[in-house]
Amino acid sequence: MNAVTASLSRILAVFMKELIQMRRDRMTFAMMLAIPVLQLVLFGYAINTDPKDLPTAVHVEERTPIVRSLLTALETSGYYDLVFETDDPRESAALLARGEVSFVVSIPAGFTEDLVRGERPQFLIEADASDPSASSNAVARAEEIVNRALRHDLKGALAHLAPSAGPVEVVVHARYNPEAITQYNIVPGLLGVILTMTLVMITGIAMTREAERGTMENLLAMPARPLEVMIGKIAPYIGVGAVQTTIILLAARYLFDVPFAGALWLLLCGVVLFLVANLALGFTFSTIAKSQMQAMQLTFFFFLPSILLSGFMFPYRGMPAWAQVIGEALPLTHFLRIVRGVMLKGAGYADMQGAFLAIGLFILAVGTIAMLRYKRTLD
Amino acid sequence: MTARPDLAIDVRGLVKRFDDKTAVDGVDIQMPRGQVWGFLGPNGSGKTTTIRMICGLLRPSAGEGRCLGFDILKESARIKLATGYMTQKSSFWGDLTIRENLEFVARLYQMPRLRRRVDETLETLGLSHRQHQLAGALSGGWKQRLALAAVTMHEPKLLLLDEPTAGVDPQARRDFWDEIHRLSAAGLTVLVSTHYMDEAERCDRIVYLAHGRLVTEGPVAEIIAGSGLVTFRARGAGVRDLAERLRGAPGVEHAAYFGAALHVSGPERSALEQAIDGIGRDGAVWEEVEPSLEDVFITLMARSGGDQRDHG
Ligand SMILES: Nc1ncnc2c1ncn2[C@@H]1O[C@H](COP(=O)(O)OP(=O)(O)OP(=O)(O)O)[C@@H](O)[C@H]1O
Ligand SMILES: [Mg+2]
Repeated sequence: MNAVTASLSRILAVFMKELIQMRRDRMTFAMMLAIPVLQLVLFGYAINTDPKDLPTAVHVEERTPIVRSLLTALETSGYYDLVFETDDPRESAALLARGEVSFVVSIPAGFTEDLVRGERPQFLIEADASDPSASSNAVARAEEIVNRALRHDLKGALAHLAPSAGPVEVVVHARYNPEAITQYNIVPGLLGVILTMTLVMITGIAMTREAERGTMENLLAMPARPLEVMIGKIAPYIGVGAVQTTIILLAARYLFDVPFAGALWLLLCGVVLFLVANLALGFTFSTIAKSQMQAMQLTFFFFLPSILLSGFMFPYRGMPAWAQVIGEALPLTHFLRIVRGVMLKGAGYADMQGAFLAIGLFILAVGTIAMLRYKRTLD
Repeated sequence: MTARPDLAIDVRGLVKRFDDKTAVDGVDIQMPRGQVWGFLGPNGSGKTTTIRMICGLLRPSAGEGRCLGFDILKESARIKLATGYMTQKSSFWGDLTIRENLEFVARLYQMPRLRRRVDETLETLGLSHRQHQLAGALSGGWKQRLALAAVTMHEPKLLLLDEPTAGVDPQARRDFWDEIHRLSAAGLTVLVSTHYMDEAERCDRIVYLAHGRLVTEGPVAEIIAGSGLVTFRARGAGVRDLAERLRGAPGVEHAAYFGAALHVSGPERSALEQAIDGIGRDGAVWEEVEPSLEDVFITLMARSGGDQRDHG
C-alpha cells in the first residue's frame, strides 16, 4: 500500500511538472488549439475520387439466368465487387452498417417474372453514403450498367421489352447520408486526424526534450521509475486531447450541422481508447528518436500513411488490397470506423467491436515496445 | 566481496564497453566516508561513465562494487535515495522557476513538510527573492548552486558532482568550493570531477584516469613527488617563442606556458638542462621550480595521448 501511494505521489510530481512546462510553452500550446480550427476550415472542401471495386453484398431471392447476367454486368463494370451473397436481408443490412460493404444490391423474389411481364420490377441498390465520394460514381453508373445488360439479354421473344424506357426500375437508396454532404464524412474524420497529428508529435517531443536537454539523466538519478515517468508525462496530454475533441464535436454540430445518430458515450469510449493509442505511440517514438527533430520526423513518417490509407482522404474500400492491409494496422482506420459509424450510422457497440478490439491490440503492441525500450539506465 | 562499512565507494574492476569502444577499463576505487576526492582526466577518459556506474545509472560490462554499502548491480534504487548526483550538463528544468524545480525534486523524494523545506533551501541559497524567476534565466554560477541545492535537499550521504564548475566565473567557483567543504564538514562524502588544478588541490585525494584506466591516485603532494618530474621555469621578454623550439627536444616531456612564464618538464635534470642550453639562455631567466600539479597532469596527459573522446 505504501509503495502504491509512493508511486502515485511520484506520478503526481511528474504530472505537475509537465503541466507547468506545457503551460509555459506558448508555441506548442497555441498549436494544440490552432490545429483543429485550421484543419476544420481547410477540409471544409471535399476530395473527390472515382474509386472502383467497391465491396458489394448481394441479397437475392431468386437465381435465374437474367439475374445472373445482371450481377455479372455489375461485376464487370469495375465499380462493384460482389463479395457476399445471401438471401437474408438482415445479414446484408448488418454488413452495410459495419461498413464491410459499400453497397447492398437487392433482387426480390418474382423479379424475372415481373420483368418478362413488362412490369418494370425494382432493382434496389442501397449505398453507404456516409462517405459520398466512395459511392457516387458507382451509383451514377448503376442504371446504365443494368439496362445495357438487359438489352443484351432480352432478345428473341422478349425483344419487345428492350427498347422501352428501361425494363427495370433501378432504385438507389443512399443510406446514412442521403444528401451526400461531404462534410458529414470529413468532419468526424478530422477528429481522428487531428488527434493523431498533435498527440503523437507532442508526446514524442515532450519525452525527447528531456533527453536532448540532459534532464533525463536528472530524472533517472532521482527515484522516479520509468512507468511513473511515462504516466505522469502522458496524462496532461489526455487533457489536451479532450479539449480538441470538444472543439471538433462542437464545430461538427454547430458549424457543419453533422448529424449525431448514435450514442455519445460510445463515441467517447472510442476517443479515449484512441487517445491512449496515440500517446503510447508518441512515447514509443521518443524511445527511438535521439532528438526532438527525429521525433518530429517519425511522427510525419507515421502520419502520412495514416491520413492516406485510413480512409480519411480516399475511400478505404476503393484502395488496392495491399493498401488496405497497411490501413488495417493503423489505429486511425479503426477510429474512423467508430466515429463515422457512431455519428452517422448510429452504430452500436456490437457493430464496432472489431474496431475497438483492433485499437486495443495496437495499444498492447506499442505499449510493450515502449516499456521494453524505455530504460532505467542510460545505456 | 565483503562490504566495508568505512568505505562510501568500493568498486573493483569496473569495465564499461559501448559497442566496440571500451570507455572504462578496470577501474578500482576505495573511497572512505567523509572525504572530498577529485576525479581528473582528459576529455573522454571515462570520468562521467565511471560516476554513472557508481550510482547505478549505467550497468557495468564487468566488475562489481558497493556504493554506501549497496550493491551497484542490484540495489540502484536504494543508491539513488542516498546519493545526490549532479550531472555534467546539470541543467535542471530551465522552463520551471527556481521554486518549481525545488518543489519537483522535493515531491519526487516525498519529503515531508515540502513547503517549509523548499523555503529553507531557498533561504540558505539566498534565492528567496528570486524564487519565481525561471531557472533558465540564472547565470552559470547560480545555476550550479541551484543544482547543488537540488541534489542535496534530500540529505544524501554521498555527493557525486560531475564537472560542477565548468563555465563558471572564478569567484563563483570559489564560492562553490566553499560550499562543498561546508557540506563535507557536515559529514558528506564528495567525489568531484574537474579539469581545474586549483580545485584538484582542494581535494583530500585525487584519482586520475586516462583511456578509461586509473593512472595515478593519491594526495596531491604524493602525486607530485611520485611523478619524478623536474621542472624549469623561464621568464622574460623572449619566452614567447621558446616553447616551440623546446618541444620534442630530447629529455623534454612537455613545454607549456603558465601565464607569462614557460614551464619545461622532464624526468631527468641533466637532459633538461642540455635541451635548454641547446636553444640558448638569452632573453629569458631560467630557474628550477617545484613541479605543480598541472605540470604533472600535462605530462600524464601527454604520455597517454591527449583528448580521448570519440569523435566518430
Ligand atoms: N552512451 C555512450 N555511447 C557510446 N559511447 C559513449 C557513451 N558515453 C560515453 N561514451 C564514450 O566513452 C568515452 C568516455 O566518456 P566519458 O563521458 O565518460 O568521459 P569524461 O571523462 O567524462 O569526459 P569529459 O571530460 O569530456 O566529460 C568517450 O570516448 C565517449 O565518447
Ligand atoms: Mg564527463
